[in-house]
Amino acid sequence: MFKELRPAIISFVVFTLITGIVYPAAVTGIAQVLFPKRANGSLLVRAGKPIGSRLIGQAFSDPRYFWGRPSATSPMPYDATNSGGSNLGPTNPALIGAVKARIAALREADPGNDAPIPVDLVTASGSGLDPDISPAAALYQVPRVARARGLDPASVAQLVRAQVTPRQFGLLGEPRVNVLELNLALDELRK
Amino acid sequence: MTPNGFLQIGIFIGLLVLLAKPVGSYMARIYEGDLPIFVRWLAPVERLLYRVCGISPEDEMRWTRYAGAMTWFALLSVIAVYALQRLQGHLPLNPQHFGAVSPDSSFNTAISFMTNTNWQGYAGESTMSDLTQMLGLAVQNFLSAAAGMAVAIALIRGFARRTAETIGNFWVDVTRSVLYILLPMSLALAVALVGQGVIQTFSPYRAVALTEPVTYDQPQVGAAGAPRIDRVTTDTQTIAMGPVASQEAIKELGTNGGGFFNANSAHPFENPTPLSNFLEMAAILLIPVALTYTFGKMVGDTRQGWAILGAMALLFAVGLATAEHYEQVGNPAFTALGVDQSASSLQPGGNMEGKEARFGIVDSALWATVTTATSCGAVNSMHDSYTPLGGLVPMALMQLGEVVFGGVGSGLFGMLIYAVIAVFIAGLMIGRTPEYLGKKIEAFDIKMASLVILIPPLLILGLTALAVLLRSGQAGPLNPGPHGFSEILYAFSEGAANNGSAFAGLSANTPFYNLTIGLDMFFGRIWLMVPVLALAGSLAAKKRVPPGVGTMATHTPLFIGLLVGTVILVGALTFVPADSLGPIVEQLNMIGAH
Repeated sequence: MFKELRPAIISFVVFTLITGIVYPAAVTGIAQVLFPKRANGSLLVRAGKPIGSRLIGQAFSDPRYFWGRPSATSPMPYDATNSGGSNLGPTNPALIGAVKARIAALREADPGNDAPIPVDLVTASGSGLDPDISPAAALYQVPRVARARGLDPASVAQLVRAQVTPRQFGLLGEPRVNVLELNLALDELRK
Repeated sequence: MTPNGFLQIGIFIGLLVLLAKPVGSYMARIYEGDLPIFVRWLAPVERLLYRVCGISPEDEMRWTRYAGAMTWFALLSVIAVYALQRLQGHLPLNPQHFGAVSPDSSFNTAISFMTNTNWQGYAGESTMSDLTQMLGLAVQNFLSAAAGMAVAIALIRGFARRTAETIGNFWVDVTRSVLYILLPMSLALAVALVGQGVIQTFSPYRAVALTEPVTYDQPQVGAAGAPRIDRVTTDTQTIAMGPVASQEAIKELGTNGGGFFNANSAHPFENPTPLSNFLEMAAILLIPVALTYTFGKMVGDTRQGWAILGAMALLFAVGLATAEHYEQVGNPAFTALGVDQSASSLQPGGNMEGKEARFGIVDSALWATVTTATSCGAVNSMHDSYTPLGGLVPMALMQLGEVVFGGVGSGLFGMLIYAVIAVFIAGLMIGRTPEYLGKKIEAFDIKMASLVILIPPLLILGLTALAVLLRSGQAGPLNPGPHGFSEILYAFSEGAANNGSAFAGLSANTPFYNLTIGLDMFFGRIWLMVPVLALAGSLAAKKRVPPGVGTMATHTPLFIGLLVGTVILVGALTFVPADSLGPIVEQLNMIGAH
């Protein structure tokens, strides 16, 4: 019974060193040389200061900005130290209530826009940090943003279309719009 | 489903089928010690490892010794991971200065990672130091996967050998799994993932300036200990960092599933693009799919491997079609509120609660099926928020015993056990001693196979019953009604199946759930591996009988049908009553309300 204990202990230690130290160190070394920007979080820098990551969403509630996916991170929305979804089940009254409240907020900020609301704009993302919305969700918000900024809706819609990331290789995933980058481009537009 | 959806899924499955033969024959050569030329330069490293560890590669083990070695290895793993979590406050590489993890959570996590379950009762980015993640969790990702592969190979040897007393050397099988298969593949995948934006850094968490300040309600404890809620405004966002890519790669390849972050592969730093998503899904299925070919090759008849793969693929297709359909249909309650859930060129539509915009419905439902067909358990969307029947698919795949591809190693041996049961049933029907691959299946073999079939349902249903009876169990679910029951049933299903995905609304980081799910995972692993090894030993000792006129061929569509039927029959008879109380009632309620 104890005959196998010695190889168990030594091989456990040896494999811990190989897979726990050598392997991650090697990956870090290669990553930092080949893809330094991506390995460090794809940060967006303006005037020498980091103003976000293009992969991590931020919360927007001002009518002048495009809003992203609702975030279920708690207590702060888009808390990038505490990722997660709502985990509310499909028939949970709390979920239906939350969706109702989001619809009400969208309608209140944009009275007169009776178009059906794209589903991703009123449902919380899985990570709570989703940086993207669907093109439909961005286009739905164009009238509100244009009015709040006194811009021509056509030019805002054009900006949205220019910011659409198509399916990767025309095939994988879904077409989408990065909300933070769209809003930064919007701020640029005004200048 | 849209034409693009069919195309994405078609390419994904086509690629894996194409990879099954080259990767499967590579693994067969590795385990037989016949190194292909492009890895021969690693042979001195292998020999050095044996010398350092005091292993003699020619020292063949009987099944009892093999099981003993596997158990020692498991025991050490649990102790090491437990100790790392309890002591992390005093150890280096802890940039956020996290304190010790609670004893019950540490126990649960240690079992979870040793058993290849990788259920997360904790939230990674707010609990575990970099050292614990690397030296504890990531190491187990390799070792638990390697142990699973070793046991599968031992069972294959049981079928392949004749009148032999031994089934291989556990240490050799583990060493080869890590050195020639898991490490090189992980290294390549990790670098590719960084190229897509997965982070790999040891820097502390980064604070960035927000474009628009955020105001939110922060619960506080007041001076007198009374809770109060403060309205807080902040203009910074703190972003969790870490060596993610190295862990992400082995998490998928080893069908482990424990994420660096709480949101797992839904987190943009773990899975930033549709391509990273594709690579990660392919990595989850690669080894389980290829092992079916390895099996065919090692028993000397590759048609046997293709038949097993065919049975797995059939079950997979049914699950996938169901999940895709119900998630795309969406939630009728949303439609009633004026929400647009239809798929178009501008939006994925469907049930987007708990899903990411870049993955939409197609890649989310595909991932959910892949991760629960295998015992991976990594998630790129929140299963708890799936429609009832969409969420039943992951649950049912786990309840079938993780035999549809399954964990690396454990899936293949699980399916082979079902094959033994299938030939036994066929034998009963015609009154003949059953045979599989030329081995007579006798009373002892059926006893061991029955243990493997019966232990998981006993754990799942027994512990679910216990949890709904006890107050500490009833306190767990977040969601009311049948969905709350589903959360409990899902938790014990994933535990016994060593899956690790969750209906994460369940508050599982409590002493009750940490302990019960911990035991669930432990017995769901060790109590299955020991009978599997006993079966391997018994089979290896048998003669090989030449096929006669009465022998049932086990590579034909007829056998595939029999095998699928056996899996479904055993699973259905066992779990339909429990599933009816959860997802099925909820689906009826949901439709009935609209």
